[in-house]
Amino acid sequence: MASIRELHQQLVSKARSARELTQETLQRIDATEPKLRSFLHLTADSAIARAEAVDAKIASGEDIGILEGIPIAIKDNMCTRGVPTTCASKILENYIPPYDATVVEKLSAAGAVSVGKTNLDEFAMGSSTENSAYQVTGNPWDTDRVPGGSSGGSAAAVAAGQCVVATGSDTGGSIRQPASFCGVVGLKPTYGLVSRYGLVAYASSLDQIGPFARTVEDAAIFLEALAGYDSKDSTSLKGDVPNYAAALESETIANLHGDKLKIGVIQETFGEGLDAEVDGAVKAALKVYEELGAEVEMVSCPTFRYGLPTYYVIAPSEASANLARYDGVRYGARAEAAENLIGMYAETRARGFGAEVKRRIAIGTYALSSGYYDAYYLKAQKVRTLICQDFKNAFAQYDVLVSPTSPTTAFKAGEKTDDPLSMYLSDLMTIPVNLAGLPSLSLPCGFDRQGLPIGLQIIGNVLQETKLLQVAQRYEQASEWHTKAPSL
Amino acid sequence: MTAAAPTKTPHETQYEAVIGLETHCQLSTNTKIFSNSSTEFGATPNTNIDPICMGLPGVLPVLNQKVLEYAVKLGLALNCQIAPYSKFDRKQYFYPDLPKNYQISQFDLPIAEHGWLEIELIDDDGNPQRKRIGVTRAHMEEDAGKLVHAGSDRLAGSTHSLVDYNRAGVPLLEIVSEPDIRSGREAAEYGQEIRRIVRYLGVCDGNMQEGSMRCDVNISIRPVGQEKFGTKVEIKNMNSFSAIARAIDYEIERQTQAIETGSETIVQETRLWDENLQCTKSMRSKEGSSDYRYFPEPDLTPLEVPAEQVQGWKAELPELPREKRHRYQEELGLSAYDTRVLTEDVDVTAYFDAALTAGADVKQAANWVMGDLTAYAKEQKLSFADLALTPETLAELIGLIADGTISGKIAKEVLPELLEKGGSAKELVESKGLIQISDEGELEAIIDKLLADNPDKVEQYRAGKTKLQGFFVGQVMKATSGRADPKLTNKLLVPKLKG
Repeated sequence: MASIRELHQQLVSKARSARELTQETLQRIDATEPKLRSFLHLTADSAIARAEAVDAKIASGEDIGILEGIPIAIKDNMCTRGVPTTCASKILENYIPPYDATVVEKLSAAGAVSVGKTNLDEFAMGSSTENSAYQVTGNPWDTDRVPGGSSGGSAAAVAAGQCVVATGSDTGGSIRQPASFCGVVGLKPTYGLVSRYGLVAYASSLDQIGPFARTVEDAAIFLEALAGYDSKDSTSLKGDVPNYAAALESETIANLHGDKLKIGVIQETFGEGLDAEVDGAVKAALKVYEELGAEVEMVSCPTFRYGLPTYYVIAPSEASANLARYDGVRYGARAEAAENLIGMYAETRARGFGAEVKRRIAIGTYALSSGYYDAYYLKAQKVRTLICQDFKNAFAQYDVLVSPTSPTTAFKAGEKTDDPLSMYLSDLMTIPVNLAGLPSLSLPCGFDRQGLPIGLQIIGNVLQETKLLQVAQRYEQASEWHTKAPSL
Repeated sequence: MTAAAPTKTPHETQYEAVIGLETHCQLSTNTKIFSNSSTEFGATPNTNIDPICMGLPGVLPVLNQKVLEYAVKLGLALNCQIAPYSKFDRKQYFYPDLPKNYQISQFDLPIAEHGWLEIELIDDDGNPQRKRIGVTRAHMEEDAGKLVHAGSDRLAGSTHSLVDYNRAGVPLLEIVSEPDIRSGREAAEYGQEIRRIVRYLGVCDGNMQEGSMRCDVNISIRPVGQEKFGTKVEIKNMNSFSAIARAIDYEIERQTQAIETGSETIVQETRLWDENLQCTKSMRSKEGSSDYRYFPEPDLTPLEVPAEQVQGWKAELPELPREKRHRYQEELGLSAYDTRVLTEDVDVTAYFDAALTAGADVKQAANWVMGDLTAYAKEQKLSFADLALTPETLAELIGLIADGTISGKIAKEVLPELLEKGGSAKELVESKGLIQISDEGELEAIIDKLLADNPDKVEQYRAGKTKLQGFFVGQVMKATSGRADPKLTNKLLVPKLKG
């Protein structure tokens, strides 16, 4: 499967037209979608029209941008004007936003060709995409298995060549864990690097949009298009967006300690619950880094284990407020038969939300209730501060931190749906990163005996996406995992 | 109208009311607090809306910086401490007029705290009675939309309800007073003082009928001398200051009677003022108050207003009503009553001050402004800011009287034209030939001729009919079209009459 740069060359040299590229992509979707079910809505007509516009530009001799004519997909929790945006929820069935999310606007402006909206866990709550109210997405490496979640549709689509790159959103691991499960690169940027305007909120202080790609370079190019200050998002960070892809051309990495890259391996992520094959693959990857000249050491982040309980107070608390607006009054589904207002609210929400969403709304409502606030929400915020402090200490010594992305490889569909706690555990290693607002990516570092991809998580300090991508690419260039594609 | 208020009866114990007000001021920004829709009142329902104020999926709030400026300025005018670190919180409750089912408000770290304002009541002797009322806090928040119940004018009995979201997201500043108020009159004055302040600052139009200023009252009574507060009752639905005063007076009497006679138990509740029946009615019990599940708004970063910014805004504050009252009374020597009239309207006081700056005499300026000018403005429904007659011209007119160029009578004659067309007072009286004749020779000639033409009247005068002096003055005025200097005329006339 070709990279963005290769496809761009083909378009510029007229070896291939954007229309051809889009049509081939749509054909690939047609052929694979019955098995994968990655997409909730396809936008074939508008994709062809956009591709034709790019072709017209090339024909007239104009220069085109790096993403122009490149087929992409959008996670269905990002608003697209005139195109359904359901968040994989019944409560937003047939909901069509009147505006574009900032990232959607930016990608349109960059000339990217969106082929459709991808499946997810309802309102991005889940780790397997099984919480979608509409369909279960298959993992391209074994369609009986889950693609991870919540951005499972995007991860599967990129892995299976249904698009070149796709957007995901990551609140507790929703980009990195499915990237790991599907054998692709997934990056969660620093909180505030990418605008959240138009991203349907799950947990506002944790949500962040980022790229899925098949290579580190593609991720860098796509991230550059997504990132940047947005006056519509008060939590958006000011400052210029670095040229991430250009930085990958550079021979040197700006290390903390002279010429040696110092990698800290988070001790707490190895141990009970970690699959032996995942453990082996990650340790082998660390060997590769050592061979490349990096200094690799174990580092303890003692508060790491408090990440999960902290997250499951803060995220549901914010979610309970964020999801209060789905009440049937102004938009979305409404239960019509109710006798009165309270009945209408109750019935609309009872029918419109799935079990996991209801569970988190209930947890959050409880945690914020008078008399419980201090014990839960306030305490969780304090722990969050401690987790940030732990990372800060670690980054005083190390350039990057690494861990497995997920304790296991992709599990079977239905395996964990009745056991929410076990499902929650698959985000154990990614969650603390969101609590600290740090950038982090997952890239393929091997396969288990069943042929399922294993992911390596690399965590960077605030706004160090460049270093993160550089470090990841060093490994990618020394390995061949990214060249493998699922057979389907 | 039936006055259903309990009639006053003498009580054995002396009770005092403990009253606090919560005042919502709609800040007069052009756009909403977190989005760009217009805040204009009275637009067609659901036309001043956008994805953000409608709470559509995916939208985020961005604070209108004008709201922060107005809130800080109002906080400063209320003598509050401006919080160097403040934040927004979500106040959660479900209601169809609240698009997100939470209101973005400020909970534990409001923008302004620990302030006060001064109210001034005038006693029976016309003396000012001043009192400071504490301001606990002032915080920013968004307004909700408006429900219109159809099929009935009340919720009960209506068949369905319509929602107008034009008001959703309109910026409010809620000002909470300390329980320092003791009577309906004080409460009404407190409300009026807030209205004056917001109008002086230009941050709110203070219009109670349109709802851009709303006051809720918390009231309890206790025996004089007791520290502990009684059971608190909230009163809503007053749309004028006099209604606030009447509602409080009614409630004081109701609660006193309840305690004295044991006729009813005072419960913590919200009561509505019924303007038609002139009484308060129970709306809902507040026992087991709602749990709003406040938590910090994650979509907005905490507010850190730099001290220099606060200083900058402070420097922009105009002279405030209290400062004006003190200056008018203590420096200009105006009465408390005149001061109240002159300071009530920001345009009037600005006009008055400008006239003084242009050199007008204080008393004269006050009389003209409160008298003819106010009457004209009222009749024409004009603001003082829109009068064609500028304060400088008023000063000029007053000066013309003072230096004897024209008489007061002439001044009144030319006023209508000046009010209507403006222009220079001096040029007008000159062009109309209305300048007073103060030339002794000229007047003497006129008087001499008059005496010569009326020998019989002169004789009668000299025989004791001194009332005829009026006749001669009148004739002089007639001969001069009213331009003769009346003082000088008398001074010259009398010796000649007497012979």
